[in-house]
Order: sequence, then structure tokens, then C-alpha cells
Amino acid sequence: MRYLPLTPEDRASMLATIGARSADDFYSDVPKAARLNAKIAGLPDHQGELAVERHMTKLAAKNRSASSGPFFVGAGAYKHHVPATVDMIIQRSEFLTTYTPYQPEIAQGTLQTLFEFQTQVAALTAMDVANASMYDGSTACAEAAVMAARVTKRKKVIVSGGLHPHYAAATRLLCEAQGLTVVQLPVAIDGEGELAKSVDGETACVIGQSPNVFGTVTDLSGVAKSAHDKGALLVSVFTEAVSLGLITPPGEMGADIAAGEGQSIGNGLNFGGPYVGLFACKEKLVRQMPGRLCGETVDADGKRGFVLTLSTREQHIRRDKATSNICTNSGLCALAFTSHMTLLGGKGLKELAELNHEAACELADTLGGLQGVEVLTPRFFNEFAIRTPIDAEAVLAMLDEAGVVGGVRASRLFPKDHFGDVILVAATECTTTEDIAAYAAALKEII
Amino acid sequence: MGMNTQGRPTVPASAFTSTFETVSGSRGLLQHEDLLFEIGTPETSGVDLPKPKGTKNRLGGVKRKVDTGLPGLSEPQAVRHYMRLSQRNYAIDLGLFPLGSCTMKHNPRLNEKMARLPGFADIHPLQPQATVQGALELIDELATWLKTLTGMPSVAMSPKAGAHGELCGMLAIRQALIARGEGESRKRVLVPESAHGTNPATAVQCGFVVDEIRADARGRVDMEDLKSKLARTDDIAGIMLTNPNTCGLFETDIKNIADLIHKAGGYFYCDGANFNAIVGRVRPGDLGIDAMHINLHKTFSTPHGGGGPGSGPTVFSGALAPYAPVPFVKKDEDGLFRLVEHVDGDASESFGRMVAFHGQMGMFVRALTYMLSHGADGLKQVAEDAVLNANYVQARLKHVMTPAFDGFCMHEALFSDAFTADGIETIDIAKALIDEGYHPMTMYFPLVVHGAMLIEPTETESKAELDRFCDALESIARRAAQGDETLKSAPYLAPAKRLDETRAARKPVLKWTAAEVERLAAE
Amino acid sequence: MTTYYTKDHEWIRVDGDTGTVGITSYAAGQLGDVVYVELPETGAKFARGDDFAVVESVKAASDVYAPVSGSVMEVNSALSDAPEKVNEAAEGDAWFVRVKLADADELSGLMDEAAYAVFCEGL
Repeated sequence: MRYLPLTPEDRASMLATIGARSADDFYSDVPKAARLNAKIAGLPDHQGELAVERHMTKLAAKNRSASSGPFFVGAGAYKHHVPATVDMIIQRSEFLTTYTPYQPEIAQGTLQTLFEFQTQVAALTAMDVANASMYDGSTACAEAAVMAARVTKRKKVIVSGGLHPHYAAATRLLCEAQGLTVVQLPVAIDGEGELAKSVDGETACVIGQSPNVFGTVTDLSGVAKSAHDKGALLVSVFTEAVSLGLITPPGEMGADIAAGEGQSIGNGLNFGGPYVGLFACKEKLVRQMPGRLCGETVDADGKRGFVLTLSTREQHIRRDKATSNICTNSGLCALAFTSHMTLLGGKGLKELAELNHEAACELADTLGGLQGVEVLTPRFFNEFAIRTPIDAEAVLAMLDEAGVVGGVRASRLFPKDHFGDVILVAATECTTTEDIAAYAAALKEII
Repeated sequence: MGMNTQGRPTVPASAFTSTFETVSGSRGLLQHEDLLFEIGTPETSGVDLPKPKGTKNRLGGVKRKVDTGLPGLSEPQAVRHYMRLSQRNYAIDLGLFPLGSCTMKHNPRLNEKMARLPGFADIHPLQPQATVQGALELIDELATWLKTLTGMPSVAMSPKAGAHGELCGMLAIRQALIARGEGESRKRVLVPESAHGTNPATAVQCGFVVDEIRADARGRVDMEDLKSKLARTDDIAGIMLTNPNTCGLFETDIKNIADLIHKAGGYFYCDGANFNAIVGRVRPGDLGIDAMHINLHKTFSTPHGGGGPGSGPTVFSGALAPYAPVPFVKKDEDGLFRLVEHVDGDASESFGRMVAFHGQMGMFVRALTYMLSHGADGLKQVAEDAVLNANYVQARLKHVMTPAFDGFCMHEALFSDAFTADGIETIDIAKALIDEGYHPMTMYFPLVVHGAMLIEPTETESKAELDRFCDALESIARRAAQGDETLKSAPYLAPAKRLDETRAARKPVLKWTAAEVERLAAE
Repeated sequence: MTTYYTKDHEWIRVDGDTGTVGITSYAAGQLGDVVYVELPETGAKFARGDDFAVVESVKAASDVYAPVSGSVMEVNSALSDAPEKVNEAAEGDAWFVRVKLADADELSGLMDEAAYAVFCEGL
């Protein structure tokens, strides 16, 4: 048992120091009926590295990795290239194996990177302040909705028809548990603007997404104005952080809260997690924000340093009156984000965004040029919806046989909304001209 | 003789001990490092990208007006930036990290290697399920381990961290009450005053009202207070109880508590943050628990990463299992694994979806790797060694510090500040530990013990490490008892001195701006 | 003008049917460095004992309770920019709100300065 340093002699001498006969003494408070003396049945015994590695490698081999062929899946998680440096940085023991920076004298490394992360997220979203991360985009979105209700003291949340349905579900769940009402607008490929018409004097916030789940990019400035006229907030959501290098960011549209997924920068696909929720808002709302915040200060020698601050919002102090119950967040994923962002720089991010957009344009032109295939998304960044002449599930299965992972069938996300012939398709800087040609050739064969 | 007097001196001159400022701001191996925004430029990049052609545009004019202006660094600069910052952090890989209730144990590197296999790290949550059968099988296998170790019939894998698992458990309780037609009438949740702050915060997030119960003189739930809070039962939704509790003690009356809550028509949520003390020795399912989250980043060794990511799978009793969230993995009769992603069919009573995808896969891989490494026999030894180490620390220090409660502890030893002289506080002891090369213990928690110091060594510390730690803490404790004022300014040897938290909170500076730098310079 | 005190460490200085409310120097000392004060809006109405403000130090947040029933006529917005005033002049410049008393009889249930001093002595 390679992770346990105590020897039998150590154990015996320690028991003697303590004055106990055996480990059983320590469990004497456990009700007799619940004490297990033998090891739990039905599970294997310990194994060496080699055996464990064999087992895990066998499981991994049953999955098709995104890099193993043409790959066009998006809809909330994106296949981007992560520089080798990023993975090296997040594997540094001092970052990987440390705790939440509760003792700032010996956590300035983590704290300074969080301060830099917050500055980057604020700039990327064009918002005043950002927190030190949430679990992911969907929970950030849900937290934004309940925060808006606290700020406005209102109980109605309106959700666009283009909000990622998983985000909408997570938001509805948290809102309803807190006695808020969620109005879901009809699912629509290009319907973010409808939010402007539905906001009323009881609305706490409207939640719009750009690019939305169908890839449509929308300037939500008009929505922001309508919301503000009625005393409501605009929550601006995104699932593709790279897009903000090129498209209008939440702050430029007048958003009060920006909530989104940061996976695209620095973080791998990881089958859905761990990811990193980005959360930013206007400065005047900061005391209603959920999650940790890192702030600048000085130490006893007057030297610049950083601490977790405004903690009275949080559960460990405010308990039942806290703004959220979040404690552990996505610290290491935030480090991956910030170090990748640092490697890119502002100009690099913009170029990366342009490359994504160009790959998607080329893909749309190529697929849209096939007889019977229609590109449904009017304006997009790096993903869009297509309609195929036959059932999307069958199309994807046949593409799979041809070695192409062709996207997400919309009916998987919207089982009740008659999207049986719609596929959500994404391209990134990883998508090559050959990948696009392979997709087009296979699709042409199928239809 | 031909005497050659050339060469370097081989004995150091008498030491120059006073502190002095260096020109560079570095102090030997501790390199000075400014903020990214002071050393980078927006044009610099550590990534080589092909030039965009700029010929195609389907944005429809929805373009960013003002560039981010974010600075970049070349790769060597970036590597140094983060390496230099890393040197200002303490870490479990450097030494004992005795934060109580945090279970800072060794993070095996095999876990990291396995999590980076492309078959796990490079798969998309929405790619066709036929192409991710191994991932779904892994989730199912991990679920089996968790169900077996806890003796519970069902587990929700999607919660993202411990507090998210609490939310999962309490939402299931809410849904069960709604299904009984008592969703509006049963709103009261009992929470011990010693509970972690996430417990009351979670209950309120789910629309419940918190009713605090007291701890007794033994550090357990005060049964008389509990009974008085159950004088009225028709509004009881349930109880949230940590076991082993935040005082590091097993709740002796846990079966009674479960019975009383169930008789009152409520459900029993157990906070499983301290599962490391009992894994393989006690199954929560044998204690009458209805829901419990498990922190994979505590008991099952996935790294804390400076504050996350965590993972909080939540096990359920039969009574709550039908209400568990989507998505979950189901094994069909043909041997294929399938995700149930919507509230219908197999999940018609589910309370819904908490999160975008299927949970913290990266943490699942690490946790299962750890479980397979330890096996059923090893995990039992984990709990026993964790408890042995904590009791050893308690035994070694009880003569100089004040144990909060009599008797053996579980996986963590709790002391009050009663032994300190006037003017010396818990924080002074904690900061002095930093100078000795240790991360401090959890301080001022739980709230029920004055000046609490909660020490959790975990099972991955050797006896020699524990002895070194106890020697250091024993000496600090003696100084505290004697009123040694030098403790008030500790740490002396850390990368930073004590930080001004008041200033940070009064005038929050939450991001870098050029204006803020000028303001500071003017001061 | 007479000043009254509560057991929860608020003070109210009464002039006719208006009162100025704050927290006591004793409370400010116990809280440590005050970093934030959250005040109600003008016009808000409170019953005696309602929490109407929050005062925060780095490590704690405390509700402030209304010593008497009334409506808020004015809030001391200077405290938002300079919460440290609460530590410097809790019973002077760092008043929280001015209220119009709903029922002057409620004052009879409060302590005077001497009684409050004795009360603090016993804590």
C-alpha cells in the first residue's frame, strides 16, 4: 500500500503513546450494529500501478478522442488546442496540491494568479469586476439569475429561446427552489431579441445568450435598454469564451451580469468537467455577487499583496444569509484559463477568434453548398445549425461509420421541439481543410 | 615546499545576519515578480498561430468595439512568471497540511497520468454515446464503488463539489416532500450550530428555513435540544448533520437521531466531508441516512488545486433515489451504457438538472484510480491510519494545549485556546507554524469551541513527519502559554508578512488598473 | 435631547418626534475594524426589533435592529465611503439613520446612558 507510510511498528508504538489497544478503540462510538470488522465485500483488493494503469487504459481505449479524426461537436464545450506550457503550469505541485488560499502569507502564488484571472475576465467580458470562478457556465448562469432577484427584489426571470437548454434547466431548478418564477421563451434559432418585448415591471432579469446554443450571435444592446427601462437586469451568457475576442462582449451591450463557460481557454474537453464558470458584473452589484473574490492590499511591511476579500457575502461567515452556498470553485481550471490567456495576449486571442470564425465560415460554405443541406444560423461565430434532408440521428451514425464526428443532434438537447433533422456543428482552430473536406464527402454520400 | 595559495575560500566568513533590501527585489531563490499587466504587452504572444486570412465574415456586424488590451508573454516569460509565483505557495507536496475538515492527503501522480489519457481528457460530453462507452462504464464503475462503500442504493454523479452535493441532497428532499404534497408545509431544516457554513447556506438556497440545534458538553448534538425542536413535527423537512462531525467526533446518537427525524416525517441529510475517518469501517447506509455527498477531492485524493475543482457525488437511500437529478448512466440489458438526460422515462420523478453535463469526469478518473490502487483492504487501512494519526497528534499535544473534548477523536484533533496567555490568540499560533514550515491548522472553526484549532493530519503522514510537526507546535504552544509577544508578528520567514484585510475590504481593489498603480505610488 | 440604548447595542437620540440611530462605541469596539455598512432606503418603515441595517467587519456581518418603530427620513450615506467612521465616532458622526418615531411610548422600554454602562459592565 504505497500511499501509506506507517509501518506496523509505527502503529504499535503510536497506539502505546495514545493509550489505545487497537484502532477498534477509536470506533467505539459507532453503534455496534454499524461496525464493520471485516473489509467491505464485493470490491477488489489493492493493486500496483501497472495493474491499475492497465485497467484504466482499457476503459480509455473504448472512447473515441476528439483529436483522433474530424470532429465537429460544440454546443457548450469546444475542442481547442491547449499549449503544453499550460498543462505544465497546472501540474506544478505548488498550484496543484494546495488548498484555497485561506493563509495569504503562504498563498500569494494562488492569490496573484486569481487577481490576474479576475482582471482578464473583466477585460474579456468588458465588465467592471469578475469573481475568482464558479463551477461552470451553467451554474454561473443560475447564480446570476438568483443574484438579479436579490438586487431587484423581484421574482420573475425570463429566459431566451436560445439559451443552452442545460443552462436553462439548471437556472429553472435553482430559481424555483427559491420561489422565483422562470418564464421560458419559445426555442428559436434567432430569437434573443424577443427578450426586449417580454420584459415587464415585475421582471428581475432577462437572460440572453450570444453566441446562443444554435450559434447565433446577437447584439443585446436593445434588450439591455428595454430591461433597464423596466428596472430589470440583463444577464448576458456565453458558452464559447474565445468568441469574445471577436464579437460584442456583454459589457459593450450594457449587461449587468455576464455569466459564461471558460473551458475554451486553457481547459480540455474532459467529457464535461471540470470546467470553469466565468462570472462578472457591474461594480455597484459586487456585494451581491456569489463566490470568492481576491483583492489587493499590503502586508505589514507595506509590500503589495493579495487576500480573499468581501468574504461576508459568503457561506462561511454569512451562513444562512449568504449570497450562495458555493465554497470550492474551479481554482485550477481558472489557473489553466489565466495561463493560456497570458500566452495568447490580447492580439493572440483576437487572431485565435478570427481563425475559429474562418474555419466555421469555410465549413458553412462547404456544407451549405451540398444539395439538400441548409445552414439555419443567420450570424455565427464558430458554430451553427444545419438542416439535413434525413433524420439527424441517422446522419450522425453514418458519419460516425465514415470516421467523422459530425456534431450534436439538436433533438438530444431539445427532445420536444421538433428538431429531428437539425445538427449543431462547430469548427475551431483545430479544424483543418482536410477535416472539412472529409465531412462534406461523407455527408454527400449519406444524403 | 611549493605553496600554492590560489583558489576560493572553503569556509564561510562569519554570517551577515541582519535583513537587507536587494536591488532586484528578489531574495535568493525567491524571485521578485510583478503583475502580468506590468510586464506583458497586448502584442506579445507565447502562441504561434497561422495568420487569419480575413476574407470571410458571417458575424453580421456583431463585432467587439474595444480590444481586450490584455497583455501577453512569450513562452519563457510566461513559464517564469508562473514558476516564480508558484514559489510563494505552500503545498501538500512540500509538507504536512493539517487543515481540519479539508483532508489534505497526498495526491498520487498516477491519478494525474490516467486523467490525461486522451480517451478520458479529450472526449466531448455530447459526442455520440456509442463513441464514449468506456467513459460511461467508468462512471458506472465509480458509482458502484461509492454505493458499495456507503451501503446506499443510488448515487448522483453530477454535483460539481461538496456544496453542490449538499444542494443535490436537499433538492431531492424538497422534491420528495413535493411528491408527498407537503412541499409547502415542511420547510424547517435542523442544522447543528457546529455545522460548516455551507449547510445553512444550502438549506436556504433550496427555500428551507434553518433551525439551529445546540451541541452538548461532549461536542455532539444536544439530544434534549433536538427533541425540543421536534416538539412540533408537521413542518419538519429534515436535518443536516455532519458525521463524523466538525469537532472530529462520531455522533454517538446518530441512529436515534435518524429515527427521530424519520418519525417526524423528515429526511436525514449527512454531510460527508469527513468520510475519510470511516471509509471501509462504517457504511452510512447502516446509520439511517437518506442522502450524503462525498468529496472526491478529500477522501479520494483528487487534488485541491488551490480551491478546486472538486467533485461531490451524492448517495441516496431508497426513499430519495427516485428524485435524483439527471443525467445519470444506466446499463441496459444488452450491456451497453446509456445516459438518461431528460426528466421522463427512467427519470420521470427526477428533480431535474443541476449542471450542464455529466459531472467532474476528470475527478472521476482520478478517484477511481485511487480506489483501485487502495482496494477495499487499503481503504479500510486509510481510515484507521487517518484516525490513528489524529489521535497521536492529540496525545502528543494534550499536555501543552487544551483538547476541546475528552476521549479519542476521529480523523482530526480539536483544541481550544484556553491554554494561551492573555493577548495571544489562535491566529498567532497558526502564523507561527508558518515560520516552522507548516501550513496552519483550521482556525476559529467550529464556532462552538473558543479559538478553535482543528488539526487533520491524514493517513499519508509518516510518524517521523508527525513527530516533527508536534515538536514544532508543542514549542509554539509553550510560548503562547507564556505570553510570548513575538508570536503576534509571525510569520517572519514567509514570502509575505501578515496582510491588511481591513484595507482590502474597505476599499476593494478587485482588478489591476493603471490608475490604481498611480494612486498607490502617490501614497 | 435624550439618548436611549438597547440591549443589542443600538442608540437613539430623540429630538421631538425624530430620532437619530446608530450603534454604540462598545459594539464598534467588539466588532473590530468596520469595513462596510449597509443602510436602508429613505422612506423604509420598520417595527421595533426589525433588522434595518447590516454592519460588517472583515470576519463578521451583524444585523442592526430598530430600537423603536418608525420610518426612515434620512440615511448617513457618508458611511458607504468611510465605514471606518463607525470605529472613530460610533455615537457621533457615524449615525446610521434618522427616523420619524411611530410611537414615542416605545422609548420607555430602553435604557438610559447610566443603565447601559452598567449593562455593558456585566457582559
